[in-house]
Amino acid sequence: MTEPLLQLDGLSVSYRTRRGPVPAVVDVSLRLNRGESLGLVGESGCGKSTIAFAIMRWLAGRGQIVGGRVLFEGRDMAGISREELRRIRGKRIAMVFQEAMSALNPCLTIGAQLTEVLKFHENVVGPGAERRAKDMLAEVRIPDPDRVFRAFPHEISGGQQQRVVIAMALLANPALLLLDEPTTGLDVTVEASVVRLIAEISRRFGTSLLYISHNLALISRVCERIAVMYAGEIVEEGPTRRILTAPIHPYTRGLIRCLPESGADKIARPLSPIPGQIPAPWERAAGCFFQPRCGYARDGLCDASHPPLIGYGKGSTVRCLRASEIEPGRIDAVAGEAPPAADGVAVSVDRLSKDYRLTPPGLRGLLPFADPLRIRANDHLTFNAASGRTLAIVGESGCGKSTFARVLTGLERATGGRIEVAGTDLAQLSVIDRSREQLRALQMVFQNPDETLNPSYRVGRQIARVASRLLGLGRRERAQRVRDLFAEIRLPAGIADRKPRHLSGGQKQRIAIARAFVGNPEIVVADEPVSALDVSVRAAVTQLLMEIQRAHGTTLILISHDLALVRYVADTVVVMYLGQVMEVGTTSQVFSAPHHPYTEALLAAQPKLEDDRGLHAPVEGETPSPLDPPQGCPFHTRCPRKVGTICEISRPSEQVTPAGHRMACHIPMDELVRAQERATT
Amino acid sequence: MARLIAQRLFNSAVSIALVSIALFLIFELSPETVAADALGQYSTREQRDLWLAANGYFEPMHVRFLDWVRRCVTGEFGQSRLYNRPVSDVLGPRLAASATLAALFFSVLIPLSLGLGIAAGMREGSMLDRGISFASILTTSVPPFASAVLLTAIFVFWLGLLPGTSSMVDGFRWKELILPAAVLLLYDFGYLARITRASMADVMQTAYIRTAALKGLPDWWIIFRHALRNALIPPFTVIMLQINWLIGGVVVVEFFFAYKGFGSLILEASLTHDLFLLQACTAVSVLLAVGTQTIADIGYGLLNPRIRVAAAK
Repeated sequence: MTEPLLQLDGLSVSYRTRRGPVPAVVDVSLRLNRGESLGLVGESGCGKSTIAFAIMRWLAGRGQIVGGRVLFEGRDMAGISREELRRIRGKRIAMVFQEAMSALNPCLTIGAQLTEVLKFHENVVGPGAERRAKDMLAEVRIPDPDRVFRAFPHEISGGQQQRVVIAMALLANPALLLLDEPTTGLDVTVEASVVRLIAEISRRFGTSLLYISHNLALISRVCERIAVMYAGEIVEEGPTRRILTAPIHPYTRGLIRCLPESGADKIARPLSPIPGQIPAPWERAAGCFFQPRCGYARDGLCDASHPPLIGYGKGSTVRCLRASEIEPGRIDAVAGEAPPAADGVAVSVDRLSKDYRLTPPGLRGLLPFADPLRIRANDHLTFNAASGRTLAIVGESGCGKSTFARVLTGLERATGGRIEVAGTDLAQLSVIDRSREQLRALQMVFQNPDETLNPSYRVGRQIARVASRLLGLGRRERAQRVRDLFAEIRLPAGIADRKPRHLSGGQKQRIAIARAFVGNPEIVVADEPVSALDVSVRAAVTQLLMEIQRAHGTTLILISHDLALVRYVADTVVVMYLGQVMEVGTTSQVFSAPHHPYTEALLAAQPKLEDDRGLHAPVEGETPSPLDPPQGCPFHTRCPRKVGTICEISRPSEQVTPAGHRMACHIPMDELVRAQERATT
Repeated sequence: MARLIAQRLFNSAVSIALVSIALFLIFELSPETVAADALGQYSTREQRDLWLAANGYFEPMHVRFLDWVRRCVTGEFGQSRLYNRPVSDVLGPRLAASATLAALFFSVLIPLSLGLGIAAGMREGSMLDRGISFASILTTSVPPFASAVLLTAIFVFWLGLLPGTSSMVDGFRWKELILPAAVLLLYDFGYLARITRASMADVMQTAYIRTAALKGLPDWWIIFRHALRNALIPPFTVIMLQINWLIGGVVVVEFFFAYKGFGSLILEASLTHDLFLLQACTAVSVLLAVGTQTIADIGYGLLNPRIRVAAAK
């Protein structure tokens, strides 16, 4: 057997805290051969990023390797000198971080940050370094390497920033690439192309990958082997195919069940979250760490002794005492019930437009009467939201979906058109002009609960305050309302006395949902309500949102870029691109052919577990600037089904089927059906 | 960048124009008081009217404003009652004296405080960091009048190394500047050092410093190339704000050492109702404040490329 490139030998890492040492990683052993790619998957806080930093010997602050070894190319990383370590970092092992924007120095040009790698690792400077850096930018598919080389990080898009970080990591041709959630925060289409790039590059350069993510679907697209981590330990490891099709450990099964399956909707197969949440290191259970959340746990066995990692067939290991008893494979969830029929329209949007004005750049902007630039963020939107149902608005960043939410909730005033809610036009009514009743009836859940909740107040008090403002409740009624809501969001009432920083991300978002539902609103707008959360928590919060909605008959307007989520939750879907509506239909209409070519591209970009056809190309390129939108059909610059010049010249009129499926495309719907069905078979 | 500079210069021109109108109006509101101040409290009403007419106070307001602006620009601020000399003759040397003190102060303060602050911030929590933080708190908590007494006691009365007053009666001597500058330094270096330390410590925690380290760059390169420029933005702000304070606000130190600076001149002018002198001093202070703020804004643009974009938007 050849020597592995990287070997972790019983690695244990602890953090020193006031509670004493906290074990973050416990006895982890992994092998990664040259040219191999290994995925490390698990919920936030399971210790996967700590492993990456331990490999790099960058346990800043209080982290410490308390046991085991990291062997890189046969050498113990703990024994090498600082100077040798510096030579390995960036040259032999490179790392790609999450949130590229903060990983790049805002004050230095991209070029400066790329060429310094060559300067210190290969002693190449000047034009030679510049040429190599630009070549690498071209390798990671940056369309204009010369411009990007001179640009500052904030001058390029998020997808390009991530490509730059990848280029930076590959510049010195490392043997091992560590990727820590490299696509967090990117749009699905961009995410798909970045993941494709990573897979392609590792193949071409022969780079080994250690890919860390909480998203099993993404990892499965790149990695040959997957290791699943839970509470600092590896609970299952094996070839990707086996893990996906025949998972053994109950936790792996749970992770897979959290992922929306393509082709299923909320009635056929509801999301089934893993109950509970990952324990803090000092709260880990006796026996098996996962046993309190495990549906297979047996008293007297699983809580009695800690399971060892045992071999399971060829190349697989699993840490479960009941591994030989439980049938490998996925568990099918119970089908849910169909919602009651809709009656009436809750929100009626009619040719709604919203323009933003910008001061023109250059010295002209200094003139007081300079003609302002206009950005059409919403361009004649027309659709209805049925009452008691869920309407989803999907599209990439910058498509205007959040702008619509801001207009609907009164944070912005529309430039034209109407939004009718309960017989009143809200388009021009800003939030300070709305009556208490109007405010109560229309509430919002935001993407990031940290920006919704005031960090200085206990969460119960924040909800009570909303109850007094919107409902005018007295002290005792308020307390009762808070208790009821906590029961509804399934949080122990004791949490009401905590401040937001003592809660987990999922708990905070539950509180934010409770806050929105305090006044029993008729309509709730949720802007990316789960995209900041872990996959497993996402499922639970989504489920909760749907249950509360069903219980109260609330109309939910869901804004999301996650099509899989939308398919699960929504009854009606609106697809937006560059401020315009591309397609409107029921969920089954939008998710089955004919699709608008843009919808088709979004669907192709979704990470799927079942996708065995490899990495196919969805759309390339990025959304054009809304300052200078394309003429004709806005999507023609990226459209893989572009017919010809007609797409560039004239804006397509809307095709409508008798069933109410609407789509703005020059290709007739029946032709689209034929083409798309051919593509999938 | 050109756009940022043009914008900032335009903004400062507007603020100067607004302040000059306000300043002019203060003296317009009650010409009676001005005349009384000029002629003394025992002057008669007729005398005051004659004085006002002679000084053009009965002209239309806009004519008088333009005339006032013209005189300000050419340095004719009128006659100081206190010194019985043209205001500009009094003002010039005082400003020069304050500027000299400020220059000496900054030439020591900036290397000292930035150096200590960066060293402390690079390794948060180290012995060096704690030592510097402790010394800064200790020195900043001693007010200048107390440290002036202390330093005088040591260097003038006990060691006899330095002169106790700094009135420069025998012409300019560097030796006389040392004590006033030392008192200010002792009071101020800790403040700037702590600002720099906090900013540097923040920068060292950022993801881009981690990226730089994991790219295998040497420590000195990470500090000088990646950390410093980002870390210098807050201390730069503080330094720019302190120019105003040093020129006009260090009255205690100027009085203690009998140093003829600009701060003590403003105090004298306001205590003696020397209106023309006061008006000139205020104009100079405003000009100074607006000027340093403009430089600070342009400096931010140089230090932080994101601000250039924000300005262009």
